[in-house]
Amino acid sequence: MASIQLEHVEKRFGDDVAVRDLSLDIADGELLVVVGPSGSGKSTVLRLIAGLEAPTAGRIRIGGVDVTDTPPQARDLAMVFQHYALYPHMSVRDNLAFGLRMRNVAAETIARRIEDVARSLGLTPLLDRRPGQLSGGERQRVAFGRAVVREPRAFLLDEPLSNLDPRLRGSTRAELALLHQRLGATMVYVTHDQEEAMTLGTRVAVMRDGAIEQVAPPTEVYRRPANCFVAQFVGNPAMNLLPGASWRMAAPQGLETPRSGLTVGIRPQDIALVGPDEGDTAGRVELIEPLGGTALAHVRVDGLPRQLVRVLLADDADIAVGARVGLRPRRDRLHFFNGSSGCRITATDESDGHGSD
Amino acid sequence: MTGTAARLLPVAVVIAALAPLYVALVGSLTPDARLFQSVPLVPTPLVWDHYRALFGTRGFWVPLGNSLVVAVATTLLALLLGAPCAYALARLRFRGRAIVLALVLAVSMLPQISVVPPLFLFLRELGLIDTHAGLVLPYLTFAMPLTIWFLVTVFRQVPLEIEEAAMMDGASRLVAFRRIVLPLAAPGLATTALLTFLFSWNEFLFALTFTLGPERHTVPVAIALFRGQYQVPWGEVLAAALVATLPVALVVLVAQRRLVSGLTAGGVKG
Repeated sequence: MASIQLEHVEKRFGDDVAVRDLSLDIADGELLVVVGPSGSGKSTVLRLIAGLEAPTAGRIRIGGVDVTDTPPQARDLAMVFQHYALYPHMSVRDNLAFGLRMRNVAAETIARRIEDVARSLGLTPLLDRRPGQLSGGERQRVAFGRAVVREPRAFLLDEPLSNLDPRLRGSTRAELALLHQRLGATMVYVTHDQEEAMTLGTRVAVMRDGAIEQVAPPTEVYRRPANCFVAQFVGNPAMNLLPGASWRMAAPQGLETPRSGLTVGIRPQDIALVGPDEGDTAGRVELIEPLGGTALAHVRVDGLPRQLVRVLLADDADIAVGARVGLRPRRDRLHFFNGSSGCRITATDESDGHGSD
Repeated sequence: MTGTAARLLPVAVVIAALAPLYVALVGSLTPDARLFQSVPLVPTPLVWDHYRALFGTRGFWVPLGNSLVVAVATTLLALLLGAPCAYALARLRFRGRAIVLALVLAVSMLPQISVVPPLFLFLRELGLIDTHAGLVLPYLTFAMPLTIWFLVTVFRQVPLEIEEAAMMDGASRLVAFRRIVLPLAAPGLATTALLTFLFSWNEFLFALTFTLGPERHTVPVAIALFRGQYQVPWGEVLAAALVATLPVALVVLVAQRRLVSGLTAGGVKG
């Protein structure tokens, strides 16, 4: 196992900048999830670590050794691809053995390791089949097995669950978390799904436009998003971002209002609906989306004609579409951002403002 | 109505395609004397005279052997040299790749007759006139562009992810090419080999120009030179034509199994 460092890495494809001046320290044994919308450069980061792309500038280190100019086959990393990329002309057994044979591992060792991995992943009855004879979930497990059997220095996973149906995705995600616990391996996991990022990562790196917006443990990213983009990307349903001026509410003490104004962020679950005259502000319920255990209300707030505020309700809440309601946000869960740059503004007394859940 | 027509059309096409072959078959089994009367649909009695003459006095084994050596050698060399070339053009990023591909195509645009005189001079300098190598080399000038263009397409269809997986697994590009790409491209390779073989087997102009005597003639040249000063031995020509189609039919039958694709199924999600 090994740590991975990226130092001021840049990748251009012609005039397009896919990754810009990116530095990242991935600790030994960490499961770092790189998350971002499509086109944010997250897959490119993974391919740069793998050696499948060469950086335009910057250095990449694995286990402290500079591997910037090392070809992928000499980096001793294992990758799980989005579309599995199994060798279709080989049996599952040969798929698992290929990487070991390439490294001249002794035949008995190969047989033993394949047997161990096959047993732990439930692949034993599939060993003599070809990938074409397997279901999607089985192929996914073979792809994991092919990576695990190698005992590589680190695992790279490129949206490995995105091709599974939702139910299988949940159970495979849990298996993956267990696998990481058992192996204690360094893993870099790329996904566009913020839920996967939150549940799997020991740390989460949120990317946009080829740059990292924030790297932190999932709870930190959720509770103290570094800017408006992270605030809206992480958490479901997404955070409300409202112009501060429209919100009848004093900024907390010690918070300096920037000249460009404030943007206030409030998560839908941190707003309570109250009587029309009891809240900080009032509005009309335009739409209610039932979500199973909860429901999401969209409220047209007075003085905010072009924006709907999302409020999460208990499913037994007695509120109908068209009702006038008051909104009362939890004061200790407000987020403040610079109105033009979107950067988080930290109040001097905020350090103890978020410790209660 | 349209359903019946749709079913009859292929039958009609097959009949139209096979009719000349059948006429040749009947003709080759009919004695010369009756050949120019109306040929019956079912010949009686069957006469093997033309085949006996073909392999006896004509010595048709010799052109048959020549054609086989030249066509097989051309096909193997074209694949052996063309495959790595096509792979580089399909997968590696280098300057001038498009130009190389365009030039390769341009070579095959030249009318065959325009390259005959210079090629003749080259081959004479090299002392290769009237040798097998003297046919294989010029054949490659046409077979290679064909092979390269076909294989570039074939290799591009192999999912890049599978190759990258092999490289992550520790295979160098060359090993990935040999162990992963080539097996996955097998149906495409077989098709390309078949076309190259057909081209070489049928080629006439080079074979006529670059060989001197009957001991180096290929099948098409030999058949064309059957005609004497006063008569054409049609029975033998028809028999030879049928014999000449046999190796081709055999190759197609052998290759057909590989032509059936679907080998890449299941490697990446389809």
